Amino acid sequence: MDIAMTDEHSRHAPPPPDWDAARAGALIAAESGREGGLLPALHAVQAAFGCVPEAAEPLLASAFNLSRAEVKGVIGFYHDFRRAPAGRHVLKLCRAEACQSMNGAALAADLLARLGLDWGGTTADGALTIEAVYCLGLCAMPPAALFDGAPVGRLEAGRLAALVAEARQTGPSA
Amino acid sequence: MSARIYLPRDAGALALGADAVAAALAREARARGIGLDIVRTGARGLYWLEPMLEVATPSGRIAYGPIAPEEVGSLFAADFLAGGAHPKQLGRPEEIPFLKRQTRLTFARCGIVDPASAADYAAHGGWLGLARALALGPAATVEEVVASGLRGRGGAGFPTGIKWRTAAGAKAARKYIVCNADEGDSGTFADRMIMEGDPFVLIEGMLIAGYAVGASKGYLYTRSEYPHAIAAMNAAILAARSGGFLGENIQDSGFSFDLEVRVGAGAYVCGEETALLDSLEGKRGVVRAKPPLPALQGLFGQPTVINNVISLASVPIILAEGAKAYQDLGYGRSRGTMPIQLAGNIRNPGLFEAAFGVTLGELVEEIGGGTASGRPVRAVQVGGPLGAYFPRALFDTPFDYEAFAARDGLIGHGGVVVFDDSVDMAAQARFAMEFCAIESCGKCTPCRLGSTRGVEVMDRIRAGRDVEKNLALITDLCETMKFGSLCALGGFTPYPVMSALTHFRDDFTRAAAQAAA
Ligand SMILES: Cc1cc2nc3c(=O)[nH]c(=O)nc-3n(C[C@H](O)[C@H](O)[C@H](O)COP(=O)(O)O)c2cc1C
Ligand code: SF4
Ligand code: FES
Repeated sequence: MDIAMTDEHSRHAPPPPDWDAARAGALIAAESGREGGLLPALHAVQAAFGCVPEAAEPLLASAFNLSRAEVKGVIGFYHDFRRAPAGRHVLKLCRAEACQSMNGAALAADLLARLGLDWGGTTADGALTIEAVYCLGLCAMPPAALFDGAPVGRLEAGRLAALVAEARQTGPSA
Repeated sequence: MSARIYLPRDAGALALGADAVAAALAREARARGIGLDIVRTGARGLYWLEPMLEVATPSGRIAYGPIAPEEVGSLFAADFLAGGAHPKQLGRPEEIPFLKRQTRLTFARCGIVDPASAADYAAHGGWLGLARALALGPAATVEEVVASGLRGRGGAGFPTGIKWRTAAGAKAARKYIVCNADEGDSGTFADRMIMEGDPFVLIEGMLIAGYAVGASKGYLYTRSEYPHAIAAMNAAILAARSGGFLGENIQDSGFSFDLEVRVGAGAYVCGEETALLDSLEGKRGVVRAKPPLPALQGLFGQPTVINNVISLASVPIILAEGAKAYQDLGYGRSRGTMPIQLAGNIRNPGLFEAAFGVTLGELVEEIGGGTASGRPVRAVQVGGPLGAYFPRALFDTPFDYEAFAARDGLIGHGGVVVFDDSVDMAAQARFAMEFCAIESCGKCTPCRLGSTRGVEVMDRIRAGRDVEKNLALITDLCETMKFGSLCALGGFTPYPVMSALTHFRDDFTRAAAQAAA
């Protein structure tokens, strides 16, 4: 939750190609009347554009009567909010203890090494982003992951390789 | 008439291929011209048997599992719709020893009912707790919860009724009920199972809480890692509203209450109740100093009851059956049942709800069947990432808040994560520090900086550098974190670290010993 680091990342990130300030403004306005609506608004922006770009900050700040720094601080605090879109597919791999107990750490390390990625990285072809998560509530079928939101359990190397291949062959899932 | 099959849509069952089984069932039935009604339930919690389907027969349900999509044809050939014999036939689910040994109160309906149907909930004893509460009146409802002995299932074990009494006594125009559904502890999935398998019981629990303390608005704060639970709760809230169980003048009682789901954004610390409240307010999830108690000044400064999913979901049956029936179960000061979650490297992983008092050894070896890998059990982490690692020597510890505390451990939210003898406990200690560093809210120095320091010290120990000196350092650091942290993230990270060092010291000195040899 290092805000400085997040800012570093976001400084040069241009808004995503489909960025539409009017649409973002409407999404934000729809949440601004709710108690504590900033998180719902951030989720709505990210669901629509795949990230919360810097360009959204002034819109959020004025809708919620906050300073831009405050908005930045909130965005930077939460691991979920991205400053630039992820790859076409996202694999959220669990790094927590129950998954460790079934060889999850080695499995993840091998996969990252094979793809030449760090946690959070995206393959050069833009097909796949690998994110770390800490427990998916799938601790009875470890190691576990969410692949584009779909739960996967009892992961082993073959299954992971198949998921990577699937990500590289197909376009974005709905 | 078409045949009826029950198949979970629980995320755990989905992770093991339940949707592919559903598709194969539908395809095969169509090919055979058979009408099939597939009800997507929650899970019973016998995860080594998932995907597990149940067929409705005149003599009750018959279970089959674990089923692979390729096996569906052979099920039809074996006339499974009439309960026919098949290598995967498990008989009546209630008779499976893992389930038969349990006392299912909070999870009485989970895996049985259709979680999308308010009518099914009512048909299985739903809303009886609310009816009794409305008949008793608010004050007597609070006292019923006090008398049940129910303690918070989120981890701290604070008596739920006492918390409600405080909020009920607060004078304010607006009060809130907040359900803590952030379930971030590794090894836990009970909240997820209830939200996906019996969401109405949680709604009923929140309604009773609202009625008891005089709150008209509820928030359920859950995690973005739980998309299926979010969908199930939202659907159930809509159904409850259209059935007159949420909104104005509920069931003509004069009591009004509404409920909204809010989703976190990937921050473990937001499970801590005050950080959660800040997050709900749209802020960074930073822990607040107490006092003031949330029960007096919580969400938006108003009196707020914040309870875990399981605490709230246990309230309807306490009201329906009476406090005494609940309080009669248990061990010492831990009353009632606890949904224990068996996870990690274990042969029979799943949800085991039982009265407090079952020993750790019974849970891991008898009920859990030992490790999944077939290797010896070496360590068990109980209570999530802030819980201690116990060796087999402590397997006689009964599942009870005080008994675990007496052995420098905690039961937390009831997660039990098993490791076999391939585990490196120094690596586990390092991870505990790393996790604390990643998830620290940043408010206190011992947690924010101490954890990062702890990772470095563990790296030196694991490399065999100045081991004795660094072991003294990590011990000191743990003392500082334990006593200088505002919340249990920094304050309890020493539990996994120090328990690993105390019970598995060889793993910390091995690198140095090897270098010396
Ligand atoms: C770092 C941290 C994380 C926590 N995470 C959760 C959680 O995910 N769910 C939960 O119910 N309680 C969690 N708690 C405990 C809550 O602070 C609080 O005790 C609980 O919500 C009270 O409800 P209960 O009395 O019904 O257990 C956490 C505490 C800490 C310090
Ligand atoms: S102990 Fe850590 S997480 Fe808890 S309040 Fe302090 S800095 Fe925040
Ligand atoms: S620890 Fe990996 S899913 Fe829970």
